[in-house]
Amino acid sequence: MKWQADVLFTGNAKADVLRLDAPISFWGGVDPVTSKIVLANHPQLGLPVANKILVIPQLVGSSSSSAVMLELVYKKMAPQALVLCRRDAILPIGVLVAQQMDWPTIPVVVLADAPFQSGEHLQIDESGTITKCD
Amino acid sequence: MKLSDEERSVLNGDIGEPADRMAMEIVTQAGRMLGADSLIKIESTHIDGCLYHGDSGALFCEKLVEGGGKVKVPSTTNVGALNLMDPKQSRLPEPQRKMALRLMVAHSRMGCTPSWTCAPYQAGARPRFGTQVAWGESNAVAFVNTVLGARTNRYGDFLDIACAITARAPNYGLHRTENRIATLILDVGRLSARLKNEDAFYPVLGSLIGRLAGETVCVVDGMATEPTDDQLKALCAGAASTGAVGLIHIVGVTPEAPDLATALSGQAAEETIVVSHQMIIDTRDSLSAAGQGSIDSVALGSPHFSTSECQQLLQLAEGKKFQVPVYICLGRHTVEALEADNSKQQLEDLGVVLVVDTCIVVTPILPATPGIMMTNSAKFAHYATGNTGHQPVFGTLSDCVASAQQGRLVRDQTVWGVQ
Repeated sequence: MKWQADVLFTGNAKADVLRLDAPISFWGGVDPVTSKIVLANHPQLGLPVANKILVIPQLVGSSSSSAVMLELVYKKMAPQALVLCRRDAILPIGVLVAQQMDWPTIPVVVLADAPFQSGEHLQIDESGTITKCD
Repeated sequence: MKLSDEERSVLNGDIGEPADRMAMEIVTQAGRMLGADSLIKIESTHIDGCLYHGDSGALFCEKLVEGGGKVKVPSTTNVGALNLMDPKQSRLPEPQRKMALRLMVAHSRMGCTPSWTCAPYQAGARPRFGTQVAWGESNAVAFVNTVLGARTNRYGDFLDIACAITARAPNYGLHRTENRIATLILDVGRLSARLKNEDAFYPVLGSLIGRLAGETVCVVDGMATEPTDDQLKALCAGAASTGAVGLIHIVGVTPEAPDLATALSGQAAEETIVVSHQMIIDTRDSLSAAGQGSIDSVALGSPHFSTSECQQLLQLAEGKKFQVPVYICLGRHTVEALEADNSKQQLEDLGVVLVVDTCIVVTPILPATPGIMMTNSAKFAHYATGNTGHQPVFGTLSDCVASAQQGRLVRDQTVWGVQ
């Protein structure tokens, strides 16, 4: 199956999905050193976001999340891609800055009601086409 | 996106320094992501990106400096991770300490005004009504939109400095008139006038507004009193810590809400919530994690304490020394004023620890062993546990002073009235 997402930041990715089942602010919610979810009571508490295709139905809060995103890229602990369910600039700005620093970047796409579940294997291409791999 | 010839020339690197091109690239790309059709010129910025979150942010700002990056509009700085007047006050370890300092220095080198305060609007930076600005720090964003009627979105790390260097911001959100119209009414008319005169009512109401309104623009009706600058500061900070609140209209108080109909732009509200006394009490109680016993510290000044709040504390204390450390976070502009009339000495004689240029929830200053931290700030109460491990207890400034003098919780519940 294929889905067409809007591209906020282009790139290719192929990895397993980690879906965040509750809203999160990366600042205070994701440890920039280990990439683990550290928000108390979050359903994905303790899971690392590194190397996953991170599906984020709802973001909240701090605009310092851009800084956490950049730090994850810098420390090579970033997700392989971000699939947002709503247009937002805070996390992609971290990726934009990484590009300006000549550090590796990741694709960021928007797909309303993205149906992907943790453990599924996805491929994202430069045009924002998402393919489920078996 | 429609760009002017000048904007396009900067983007292409035909005019300006390398940092100008980098900044224009970030502003235009962010604008595209947000769906903005153009950029607008801005008159000032308040930069939140000077607080250390990791080496990468410092390296980026140093690259801007090396690329000739200079802010093109008056730009104040938010708190950093160090008290530059007493750098050892924070227990931030090396090598983070060095990088935190490099990040602050990079902002100074780009021409920012080194205000290092989360209340720049009390340090002389007060954008005029209707002007377009690009401010960071959630409480300052809410204050600028709400109290001053200038226009900003919630600008965060990197986009803030990029806006300052380009003197541009994406034209979207609260920059545009149609997005500043209230759709939710919060009616506080049934609350007693006495309660609405209490300083401690404002942070609590703010917290409640954040929870009820989230990102929605709301209008508070029935205030009936003229809140002070400090009360509005506390309200905005409370609201912006519990919700993504950028603008709150207050009928008869804030410039875009001379009356209810104007705040609603003549349309019917989508929802009206009548705020009950019980909602205020429940919100107040949600700001406390403990109810009795000893306390380990008192933290004041989120947002940064003003000169008049310091004077109020001195009056309440009546010269009686504190039994636990009382941390007052404030800007250097306030320290100067306190030095001028000897208030600084009087505060220190009581046992006050002045935390300048920074704040106790962004850098390790509170006692290393977590304990009970009393505060009159909803924002401190909100962030205390997650950022410091200390358990918050909320009270009035008078409660905080009495508790600090006795080393245990003392709270006068009569100010909250009876149901």
